[in-house]
Amino acid sequence: MSTAQQEDLQQKEQQQLSTESRPQSAESRRFATPLVDIESTQDGYVLYAEMPGVSKDGIEVTVENGDLLIVGHRRPLEVSGEPIYRESRPYDFRRVYELDPSIDTSRISARIENGLLIVNLPKAEKVKPRRIEVE
Amino acid sequence: MNIQRFQRYSQPELSRAFDRLATLREETDSLFNTPFSPFFRTSGSFSTWSPAVDVYEDKDQFTVIAEVPGMKKEALNLTLQNGVLTISGEREREEKKPDQGFRSERFVGRFQRSITLPASIDPSGVKATYQDGLLKVMLPKSEEAKPKQIEVSVS
Repeated sequence: MSTAQQEDLQQKEQQQLSTESRPQSAESRRFATPLVDIESTQDGYVLYAEMPGVSKDGIEVTVENGDLLIVGHRRPLEVSGEPIYRESRPYDFRRVYELDPSIDTSRISARIENGLLIVNLPKAEKVKPRRIEVE
Repeated sequence: MNIQRFQRYSQPELSRAFDRLATLREETDSLFNTPFSPFFRTSGSFSTWSPAVDVYEDKDQFTVIAEVPGMKKEALNLTLQNGVLTISGEREREEKKPDQGFRSERFVGRFQRSITLPASIDPSGVKATYQDGLLKVMLPKSEEAKPKQIEVSVS
């Protein structure tokens, strides 16, 4: 199996595994799908996306029509000489998630630490479980 | 140059299945009190991960770049022995309570990569940096390995 076929297969697998929805407008640029962990907490969700080679300036996190789009642009490598062996894929990162309607989109925050993008997705106050006192 | 990468593409479900298999094997081993498969032992658990590595060369040095996002600098180890650069480390899970509604694609735990460099290295000049999840190791070639221009006078 060629490398291109393997990459296709991997992308298909990742699509099946994830709940992401891809927008219809197919972009001509190629993107890599970052590996993502999602943690569900009492206050909402935390998303961890691996984006090696991406600095703070290369991150775009946008929310539109209930979709969360994360994009990471790799900064140019400061390296001299020619590649003699290569395993990394030089593409920028991109992934789309459909947001849980209970998430308070105005309070979404993101930071990047050592190439790991961390997005906090807090739930709106009204949907948090609340104990009702019986009178 | 000899570089082997055990696991290039992410297969979280498969790797979890292998984890279970590895656990079963360990249990079976302890039952008989003899190693069932010494070959698997040497390569460690199935759950080890393998970061992508690139190698660049110019006339003076090699540059090795490894993608290890989300690691602490202190958790990375580098050794150079007999022209083989070994990068190892351990990555911890970020999540505090991976119990409820948790989805995992990322690899955690120990990794090790060994890269046999195709020319001799000056070990005193090796430098490394870690930024944006990329480990960059610069390995200057030793004097005898650098290309030299030899002037030949034709008489």
